[in-house]
Order: sequence, then C-alpha cells, then structure tokens
Amino acid sequence: MSPQSGSVLDLRGVTRTYGTGSAALTVLHGIDLTVQEGEYVGVVGPSGSGKSTLLNIIGALDRPTSGQVLIGGEDLTSYSDARLSRLRGAHLGFVFQQFFLLERRTALENVGDGLLYQGVRRPERRRRAADALRRVGLGARLDHTPAELSGGECQRVAVARALVHRPRLLLADEPTGNLDSASGRAVLELFDALHAEGATIVVVTHDESIAARMPRVIAMRDGRVESDLVRGVAA
Amino acid sequence: MSGPGPVDRLRLGALGLTGRKGRAALSALGVAIGITAMVAVLGLSESSRADLNAQLDALGTNLLVVAPGQDMMGDDATLPDESVAMIARVPTVESAAATYATDATVRKSDRVPSAQTSGIVVAAAGAGLDAAVSAQLREGRWLDAATSGYPAVVLGSTAARRLAIGSLDRGVRVWLDGQWFAVVGVLDPVVLAPELDETALIGFEVAQKLYGDDLPPTTVYTRVDTDQVSATRALLARTANPSSPTEVSVSRPSDALAAQAAADQSLTTLTLGLGAVALLVGAVGIANVMVISVLERRREIGVRRALGATRAGIGSQFLTESVLLSLLGGLLGGALGVAVTTAYAVHQDWGVVLPWLPVLGGLGCSLLVGTVVGLYPALRAASVPPTEALRSM
Repeated sequence: MSPQSGSVLDLRGVTRTYGTGSAALTVLHGIDLTVQEGEYVGVVGPSGSGKSTLLNIIGALDRPTSGQVLIGGEDLTSYSDARLSRLRGAHLGFVFQQFFLLERRTALENVGDGLLYQGVRRPERRRRAADALRRVGLGARLDHTPAELSGGECQRVAVARALVHRPRLLLADEPTGNLDSASGRAVLELFDALHAEGATIVVVTHDESIAARMPRVIAMRDGRVESDLVRGVAA
Repeated sequence: MSGPGPVDRLRLGALGLTGRKGRAALSALGVAIGITAMVAVLGLSESSRADLNAQLDALGTNLLVVAPGQDMMGDDATLPDESVAMIARVPTVESAAATYATDATVRKSDRVPSAQTSGIVVAAAGAGLDAAVSAQLREGRWLDAATSGYPAVVLGSTAARRLAIGSLDRGVRVWLDGQWFAVVGVLDPVVLAPELDETALIGFEVAQKLYGDDLPPTTVYTRVDTDQVSATRALLARTANPSSPTEVSVSRPSDALAAQAAADQSLTTLTLGLGAVALLVGAVGIANVMVISVLERRREIGVRRALGATRAGIGSQFLTESVLLSLLGGLLGGALGVAVTTAYAVHQDWGVVLPWLPVLGGLGCSLLVGTVVGLYPALRAASVPPTEALRSM
C-alpha cells in the first residue's frame, strides 16, 4: 500500500520510544498506515499492543520519535505546538471512553466548546452546537447537563462535540467501553450513519466484535500492524 | 484562525470559579480581608483628616496663644499686666483676650475637703475670651456684663464632669474659694484651647474684687490677620514683654492639631502593614487553590488541548481564573472597606469621604496579586500534555 497525497491520514515509518538508554521502551515499531477520505477503520489489539499510543499520534496529541505523520497531506513534523493545537481544533474530532464532558455545563455548551478554540463567537457556537446535537438525535436535550443524561446520551453529546466543527477525521477511543450494550449499539449505529454520510472515522477498541462491523480493521500486536483487512479482502 | 475572543476567555476563567463556589469564596476571602483593612484604614485617615481640616476651617488657623515661659533661672515667668493691651495695639492683631489664673479652688460644696481640688484651675475670663477661642456653650450662657461682677462661674467641659455638674435647669452652685458661685454655663470641649476644659472661669470684675487689681494675665488668646500669622507671631513675644521677650512663649494651636493628626499616621501605617500581611496570606491561599485546581483538572486540560486549545490558551484560562478570584476578593474588600469607613465616619459625626483612591488602589493590588500568584499555576496548567486526554484512568 503506497501513501497517497489525497489521503486524510498518512503514517510513514512511525516509531515511538519512551525513555532513553537502557530504560528505553519502544511502543511503536515503524508503522505505515494510510486512511482515505470516507473510510471507517477499526484499530484493535490487546492492551499493550500500542493502539493508544498510535491514537495519540494519529490525533496529533503526541509526536513520533521518528517517522512522519501527514494529515490532509501536510507533514506535521515541523509543526509548532501551537500549530498542532490549531490543527486538532480545526481538523480532528475526539470521542473518549469516559465522554469527558464538563459536569455543570449543558449539552449545548459542551458541544459549543468544540468550536471555542477556533475563535467562533458564542451565538454561532450555540447555533452550530444545536445543529450537531440534533444530528445525533439529542435535539430535545440541549439544556440538560451530563448528570441529567444517560451514559449513551452523554456519549452522543461527546460525538456531537467531536463533529460540530466538521473535522476531516473523527477519532474514537473505546467509545462504547463505558456503556451498556444497548447504548453502545446506538453509538455505533450513529457512527455507521456518519460514515454513510461520508465522515472519515477511526475507532480504537480492544473489542473484536465491535471492530467486526467496520469495513476495515487494523490489528495491532506488540507495536506493529499485525493485519490490515478491508472487509474480506487484504488491503 | 484565532483563539477564543476576550469575552470567551473571561467566561472560561469564570468557569473554574462557578464550578467550585465555596472554595472560590474562601480563597478570595483572604484577599478581601487584606483589601478591607487597607481601604478602611486609608479611608478613615482620609475622613479624619478631612474632618480636622473642616474643623480648622471653622475654628480658624489664625489663633496665636501667648503665655509666660520660664525666666533664665528656670522659674515660671509672668506676663506684664499691660501685655494684653500692648498686644491688642499691634495692627495685624484682630482681637486679644486673656485668662487670669488664681490660686483659688473650686469644690462641689463646702463639705468637700479643701485639699480636694479635682485639678480644676480657677481663672478670670477677660472680655471677648469666648470669641477668641471659638468656645461653644453646651448649656447656659457666657459671662456677660451683668454676671461678671457677681459670683457666677462658667465651667469647662472636664471641670463640669469632675464636679459632677449635670443640668443647670434647677440652679447649680459650687463652692469657690469660700463662697457659693452660681454655675451659669458649661462649655463644650474647646478644640483650640483644651486647657480651658479644666478651668472654672469667673468674671474679671469679681476676680479683681477678690484678688486685687494686679492679677497678671496667664494666657493671651490672640486672633490675628490670617495672612500675617507668621509675621505677627514673630512680633508678639517682644510686644507682650518688651523687657524680657525670651520669657514669653507663643504657640499656634492649629499647628499642634495638625501635628497630632500627623502622629496618628503611625497607627495608619501599622494597620496598613497588617492589611498587607493579610493580603499576602490571601495571595498564598489563592496560589494554593490554583495549584490544586490544576492537579484536579489535568483531564479537562487534556480534553481542551484535544479540542484545539494551545498552551497559551490553557495558561491564560488559569491565569484569568486566578485574577478573577483575586479581583473578586478585591471587590468584596473594597465594598467592605467603604462600608466600614462610612459607618465609622457617621458614628464619629465626620463628613463621609468615600475613599475612591484606596478602593482603586485595592483593586489594582488584587489585580497584581492575582496575576503574580496565578503565573505559576498557569505555567503548570500549560505544561500538561495533550495526551492527558487519552490516559486511561
């Protein structure tokens, strides 16, 4: 598989090593990976396989020790910290296992925070946040705080927050890990629907059954890509 | 793309406070106490100074007091009998009135032992004395042409208290040098001549009858041309006692009052220092609370970094929070300080001078404190890595 310039995400020989000298621990060994626009990718692997570290690097939250990360064809290697932050704010959306919503703020305000760091003014933030909440089926819950919402609803608020700025890449870390099976299924169905609308999504999970519903599954083991399968066909 | 606008930055900063109201209030309290102390003490000293100035304006600063000093042997000197008339002839002198002290004692009644003088001086009051010292009567009336020849007495405020003189309605008498004197008036405290507070003043004619014509003046209260106070002051000693001017002391009571007010400044400085210590303690409290807040909110910081916040953005959020916290204390302290100043000034019957400058200074102080102590927590918050967002709990 060769990296393409039109791809949303390109990893080229990405290595991540923690510590130095004899204590050095290499968690990722030369990962090459390309995600095209509109792809829906599951990254699976047991804990310690390096998938969280991979997600940190894909999400521009961390830098590789060596190798290149390209998002939308732009090499991030020389990006300053501030520029990386702005890139996250503008082009990436994150969904976390524990939602990470602000407790005392309404769904509308939490989702609006997804636009805050791009300098979008409040009235515009509220309008777009309301749109995003309607899109995830929470149009009737705009003024509820996380405490007044179920876990599944909270995760949908978090998805709305990750979508509100129309990112090029939606990243999810164990998005159903804290939910009962019905709520988890609802969130995954939401991802399916977003994918059908053309969103590019990468979901990291240790749960093979969740990954099984995705058109493309990347299996990690010991810091390497063990397999990269596009439904039924080797990529 | 730019980051959040100024209003959004303020909102972000306020977020940490509204989320933890009790903690925010307690940590702002330290600063509030410090600012209250500083505003109140500055406001009070300003009010008291304004009150003194108003008092001096009303009483006049043109009173010069001429009194005998000491002779070359260190003994008490006396003023020549004619000194009052001599002083009154100086062109820049507007009026001159004297008291003439006697050796007499005054007692509540003849049954009180004669040794018990209560420290009250009996003196004859020259014409125009009340006007010269701006004396106000609390009760009754001043000695006039009708009473100055009869056994009548006007008591200074302290003298009246020591003699336990209450209302004069039913006719009060005191035992003065072996005969009864009617108390016709009681003075308010005399600000420019506090020595009169402990004096029982009798008419000049009575005094001459009892003690003879050559009673020497004890103190000459001299009102002079307001523009010529210094020049006149230089003349008065020589005028009062041409033969030995060094035995005359000339003082200006309004100066003494101003000096006394200046001496009160040391208390102001002390309280100001205590206020500063309270402010410092409050500042440390805020720093402490902010550091804890950063530790507790690493996850929130990580999520915000993931949502696009830069290091500077996170730093400014926590710096804003610290400044708002401190400013909250400053506002509270300023309000309390104004309240204390107003309440005390009203209680003291002073004109209320709102201490705008100390309030502004206090707000400035709290702004500075919030910025300085917020810097370290803000730096710590800014150094929380974005990967904190994805760390498993």
